[in-house]
Amino acid sequence: MERRTIFAGWKLPLLLVAPQLVLTIVFFYWPALVGGWESLTRTDAFGVHVLFVGLANFHDLFADPRYRAAILRTVEFCAAVTALSLGLGLILAVAADRELRGRDLYRVLMIWPYAVAPAVSAVLWILLLNPQIGFIGRFLASHGVNWDYALNGNQAMLMVILASAWKQVSYNFIFVLAGLQSIPKAVIEAARMDGARGWYRFRTVVLPLLSPTLFFLIIVDLVYAAFDTFGTIWAMTQGGPAMATETLVVKVYNDGVVNLDLGSSSAQSVVLMVGVVALTALQFRFIGRRSGT
Amino acid sequence: MKRRTLLAGAAAAPVVAAPVVKVLAAEPVHITWWHSMSGALGDQVNRITKQFNAAHKDIVLTSVFKGSYPDTLNASIAAWRAGKAPNVAQVFDVGTGTMLAAGPAVKQIWELAKETGADIKPATYIPAVRGYYSLPDGRLASMPFNSSTAVMWYNKDAFKMAGLDAEKPPQTWPEVVAAAKVLKAKWADPMNAKGGPTRYALTTSWLTWIQFEEFSAIHNIPFASEDDGFNGLGAVLQCNSPAHVAQLQRFMDMEKEGTFKYGGRDSAPDPMFYSGVAAIGFGSSAGRGDIVRNAKFAFAEALMPWDPAVSKTPHNTFIGGASLWAMTAPHRTEAEYKAVAAFFQFLALPEQDAMWAQNSGYVPVTFAGDELSKKQGYYEKNPGTDVPIQSLLRSPVTPYTRGMRLGRLPEIRNILYGECEEAFAGKKTAKQALDDTVSRGNAVLRAFQKSVSG
Repeated sequence: MERRTIFAGWKLPLLLVAPQLVLTIVFFYWPALVGGWESLTRTDAFGVHVLFVGLANFHDLFADPRYRAAILRTVEFCAAVTALSLGLGLILAVAADRELRGRDLYRVLMIWPYAVAPAVSAVLWILLLNPQIGFIGRFLASHGVNWDYALNGNQAMLMVILASAWKQVSYNFIFVLAGLQSIPKAVIEAARMDGARGWYRFRTVVLPLLSPTLFFLIIVDLVYAAFDTFGTIWAMTQGGPAMATETLVVKVYNDGVVNLDLGSSSAQSVVLMVGVVALTALQFRFIGRRSGT
Repeated sequence: MKRRTLLAGAAAAPVVAAPVVKVLAAEPVHITWWHSMSGALGDQVNRITKQFNAAHKDIVLTSVFKGSYPDTLNASIAAWRAGKAPNVAQVFDVGTGTMLAAGPAVKQIWELAKETGADIKPATYIPAVRGYYSLPDGRLASMPFNSSTAVMWYNKDAFKMAGLDAEKPPQTWPEVVAAAKVLKAKWADPMNAKGGPTRYALTTSWLTWIQFEEFSAIHNIPFASEDDGFNGLGAVLQCNSPAHVAQLQRFMDMEKEGTFKYGGRDSAPDPMFYSGVAAIGFGSSAGRGDIVRNAKFAFAEALMPWDPAVSKTPHNTFIGGASLWAMTAPHRTEAEYKAVAAFFQFLALPEQDAMWAQNSGYVPVTFAGDELSKKQGYYEKNPGTDVPIQSLLRSPVTPYTRGMRLGRLPEIRNILYGECEEAFAGKKTAKQALDDTVSRGNAVLRAFQKSVSG
């Protein structure tokens, strides 16, 4: 039975949530509002000349074929990272959801990459893939592959997808494993008694029961790929070569921090914010608040 | 998981608010200097700070490392907006256009000298150094500090193995191209046959700065109109001239014949030279420290080559690196500006300038500092260390050899990098890549012009 504690009055509850509220306002709402305002202005880096330009920044943005290309590139990148990391997480979780020798060790090892900082994981991948000093890079080069991610955009994209997906496999693994373990044994047993086996049982019984978890993970992975991969991409390619790995967040950073074009960068942030709000709404709409982190 | 992160943030928050100490008139004047010098260079900054404080009992200078050049620039901008700008900020060469357009945020050196009565003469500084940080009429805008220039590093052992004269490096581009072919045939190919990392005859760091901006200066041709932007914000790029197209084509041809290897942007290709992968490596003269520490072969630095088809004689190169800007803040006192001026004068003392140059690998920025280094026998004991200075003094400075004065130059460089990468990948011709650079770069210049004219 659920126990509930009821506090009288509103002062204590307010006091208790105040720190969180203050942090949210200072670190989320305030910057978002400032960003929203700046997206409507044209300003120099120091803010000496500020000119209200209405929606001109947004107009310029969507009129720029390079921005539209960046949107498309981000969609492809997110889809690839999600498919790869979720697919691998699923396979590994299914493999781990059995009586296995050294199962605990296996699980711990699986979760490790999640704890590695993005910049560190990027450096590790570079050490593997660099055409001159990398183990894999040199292997490829010596076997007739023209491996050069400093010039070949597709190879660079492949590399950042791999590195980004690798970091997210752990997260997917944990959730899928938990999802698998929460499927009642009786249901599996019943399916087995009815003669369902192997892939057929997995597809018709396990997968449908796992689908809320998978849907949740798809949303989380998409958000991860769209927003949290900045560190990995920046450390590996800075969005290059040309603009081959410049996803929307990388572009926001490039235009705002490197190029000091605050108006356009803010407008891009607003577009991204709309995107993440839409994804979150989708998540709430379909699976409700109970399965949130 | 997310909640826990936030709580950790809440615990850390109070630490951020540092106490603000008000300086009283009787107390020493406190000034701060934000910089981007890490490692051994950071140690030098600490030494300068210590010696300055020892020499000025009434001033307390605090130097703070603020991360990379863009980090320091962004921190300074954010601090100025909040009314808490440092007294002195180190800003990289390509941020000069942005700082000059900063209006009330900075006090240019000539203003600072006039207001404080400090004796700061532009003529003290080497022309190719001060030109980069001067207004068109010669008044100094910022204080030259760490300055390097473009040089050609080469592997003497590789030259000897290929049968080339290790004491006579190629001087012109046709000679470089010919030497690269010999290096490939007689050094890179035989070495590669034995295994190990793939060797290349030639690579270049800072492709945009060295092979296009400095290339323009060496041949006394404009990179952009309005004298490379010095005369006004209306400059347009001119780096798609036949000479520039030929330069890019040269690299594309060398890439095709396997003598040149593109190793990435900025200083990313540096290790290719000092690890012995590339026999010739164009780079910054400030890379000397890394090369001395890492190279397991005999090496030397040489003056940049030139293309006789474009210019009969080579002109001077200009500098890269960073300069120091005096920044303003509300309620900043006269005494603080005086202290800043005293600090700048301290840096220009011959012994300080020479010591900084000898310990950092940058060039001396004053004539007197260069003379002192000469007198101390530094160049004799360290052959090649005078090449950068020779390069800066190779000819009298012209309107096209002062440097670049373009807003958002980092963005323009990235555009040029991207276009060159597409050309190297075979997606564009040299002409197409540079034409596209010009049209995209001009859009950036116009946006900058609009943003600073309000």
